[in-house]
Amino acid sequence: MLGLVSTAPAAAGLHSATAALFAFSAPSLAHLGTLDISVIAIYFVMVIWIGFYLKSKANTSEEFFMAGREMTAWIAGLSFVSANLGSLELMGWAGSAYQYGILAAHWYWIGAIPAMLFLGMVMMPFYYVCKTHSVPGYLKLRFGEGSSTVAAISFAFMTVLMSGVNMFSMAKVMQIVLGWDLTFSIVVSSLAVAAYVALGGLRSAIFNEVLQFVLIWGGALLVPILGLIEAGGWTGLQARIKANIAADLIPAGDYTHMWRSMGHFADNPMGVHWTGIVFGLGFAISFGYWTTDFLVVQRVLAANSLRSARMAPVIGSFFKMAVPFIVILPGLLGLVVLQNPDGTHMLLHGENFVAAHAGQGLHSYNDVLPLMMVRYLTPGLLGLGITALIAGFMSGMAGNVSAFSAVWTYDIYQPHIVKKASDSHYVAVGRWATILGVVVSIGAAYSVRKAPGIMDYVQALFSFFIAPLLGAVLMGMFWKRATKAGGFWGLLIGTVTSISLWAWVKVDPSALRYVALSPDAKDMAENMYRALWSLSTCVIIIFVVSMFGKARPDAELNGLVYGATVLPKEEPVPYYKNEYFWMILAIICFLALNIYFW
Amino acid sequence: MHNSGISIWFFIGVLLTIYGLMILGYGVYELITHTTANVVLANLHTPVWWGAIMLALGIFYSLRFRPGHES
Repeated sequence: MLGLVSTAPAAAGLHSATAALFAFSAPSLAHLGTLDISVIAIYFVMVIWIGFYLKSKANTSEEFFMAGREMTAWIAGLSFVSANLGSLELMGWAGSAYQYGILAAHWYWIGAIPAMLFLGMVMMPFYYVCKTHSVPGYLKLRFGEGSSTVAAISFAFMTVLMSGVNMFSMAKVMQIVLGWDLTFSIVVSSLAVAAYVALGGLRSAIFNEVLQFVLIWGGALLVPILGLIEAGGWTGLQARIKANIAADLIPAGDYTHMWRSMGHFADNPMGVHWTGIVFGLGFAISFGYWTTDFLVVQRVLAANSLRSARMAPVIGSFFKMAVPFIVILPGLLGLVVLQNPDGTHMLLHGENFVAAHAGQGLHSYNDVLPLMMVRYLTPGLLGLGITALIAGFMSGMAGNVSAFSAVWTYDIYQPHIVKKASDSHYVAVGRWATILGVVVSIGAAYSVRKAPGIMDYVQALFSFFIAPLLGAVLMGMFWKRATKAGGFWGLLIGTVTSISLWAWVKVDPSALRYVALSPDAKDMAENMYRALWSLSTCVIIIFVVSMFGKARPDAELNGLVYGATVLPKEEPVPYYKNEYFWMILAIICFLALNIYFW
Repeated sequence: MHNSGISIWFFIGVLLTIYGLMILGYGVYELITHTTANVVLANLHTPVWWGAIMLALGIFYSLRFRPGHES
C-alpha cells in the first residue's frame, strides 16, 4: 500500500549504492531515496558542525555543565520541552493514542502543564538563587551529602536507562522504516551524540534540542494535517472511529474524550480512575518529573537571569500543550486511515502479540507514526520526518548523557572520589563521563529489548526514583523544620517503597488490588498509584524523622527554603514580558483544552 | 545567545533553507514532469507549499540572525 514495501530496498544508481551501504537483511516499510538520505546526512553534518563550533565555548566547568548560564528564556524554554520530546515520546505516545485514545493526551496536559507552571513560578527562584549545578546539588545544600548521594546515584542510574530506552526506540524506527540493523543504528547515532555532547557540553545539547524542536514540527506536522484532510476533520475522525467500532474493526472504547470515562477503572481502555490521573499522574509523577528531574531542570538553570529562568517553563508549557497535535492525533488517525496492502483495514497490536506472530506482516502500536509518515510523506518530506525521529532520539539521548555527566562529576565524583582538583580536570571528567554514559546506555538499550512495552517501562522507572525525590525537594523547599536525617531517610525509604511495591505485584499479581486500589487497574494505573504511595511515604518519613531532630537556623536556609529566602527584586516590565501574564494565559488554554475534549 | 557568537537561530535558518530548497525543488520537479509519489493525497502537491514555507522561514532566520548582525 502507498509506498509500503516488504523487503529491503533495492534501487538503481546512487540510491542503490547508498542503500546497499546502509540496508541489512531486515524487512522494511519504505524506501528512502537519494533525496531522503541527503536530508538525513545534512542533519548529521549540521550537528557535528555545531559540536565543533561550540567546543571552544566549553572550556570551564560553568560553560561545559551549565552552558555559561547565558540562555535566553526562549532557548531555555524550547530546550526544556525538547529534552522531553524524544523519538520515544513521538513513537511511544502515538502508539499509546492508538491503543488508549485521547486519554494519552493526559500526559501532555494535566501530566505536564500544572507542574511546569509550578516549577517556573514557585520553585525556580530557589533553584536559581542558590546557584546549584544540579537537583542533587540542591539536596546537598539543604539536607547534606547523604540525600544528595542517594538522589545522584538514583538519577545517574535512571538517566542511562532512559538514554538506553531512547536509543532502542530510535533503532526500532530505523529497523521498521528502513530495515536498518538495530546495532548499526545504535552505533552510528551514539557516536554522533557522544561527539557533539563531549565537544560542546550542555550548550551543544541545548542547541541541538532547539534544532530538533524545529525539525520535529517541520517533519511531523504534515502527518496530522494530511490525516485530518483525509479523515474529514475532527468530526469526520470521530464518526469514522465510531463506525470502525460498530464494524468490529477496532476494540470498543471512548477514544475521543479525556475525562468522561474516568469514573471507574473498567470504563476506559487504560484501566485508570480519575484519582490516579489527577493525584498520581498530575501530581506525583508529573511534579516529580518536571520539577525535580535534573534532565529538564538543567536546561532552565542555564537561563541568563531569574526572570528568564521563570519564563522558560511558562513558554515551554504552550509548546507542550501543542505537542498532542503531532503525537496523539496521528495515533487516533491511525485507527481509521491505515490500510493493509490489500486495501482492508489495518489493525495494530501489542509488541508481544506481534512477536508471537512473526512473519505474518503484523505491526505494533509503536509503529503507527512511521506507518502514517509512509502513508503521506513524499520523497524529501519522508527523509525530513525520519530526520525528526532521529533528531528526537539524539537530543533525548544527549539530554540524558549531559545531565548524567553533570551529576556524575558534581555529585558523585567531586564529593566522593577526587575532592580537590583543577576546573579543567572536572571538565575532562565531564567529557569522559559523557562517553561513559553513552556506552552504558548502549547496554541499557539491549536490555530494553526484553521489556514488553516501552512506555510502561519508562513510567515504572519514573515512579521508582522521581516521586520520592519530589517528596524530598518539596519538603526541603517549603518546610523549614525538615532536617538532614529526615531528608535522607525519607528519600531512601520512599525509593525502597516504590521498588518493593513494584516487586510485590511482579511476584503476586493479585497484589494489584492493594497497590492500585482495584483488580481492574492496568500497568499505567499501577505506576501512578505506586508513585503516589512512594511520594506519601517519603513525605511522612521526612515529617516524622524531622520532628525528632533539630531544625537548622533560618540564616542557614537563605536561598533554599520558602520563608527563609530573600528573593532578588525584578525590574518592572510591560505586561507582555511579564511571566504572570503568560502563566494566566497558559492556565486558560489548559482549562479550555480539557473542557473541549472532556 | 548573541554574546556567544553564532546564534542557534542562524543554524536553524541555514538548515531550513537547505531543506526548503530540496523539498520545493522536488515538488516543482513533480509538477513539471507530472509524476507523483505513491502516497495518499499526492494531488495536494505537499512538497511545493511545505517546501516553500520552509524556504521562506529559513531565509528569514538566516538573514535576521546572520553572524555579525545585531538584532
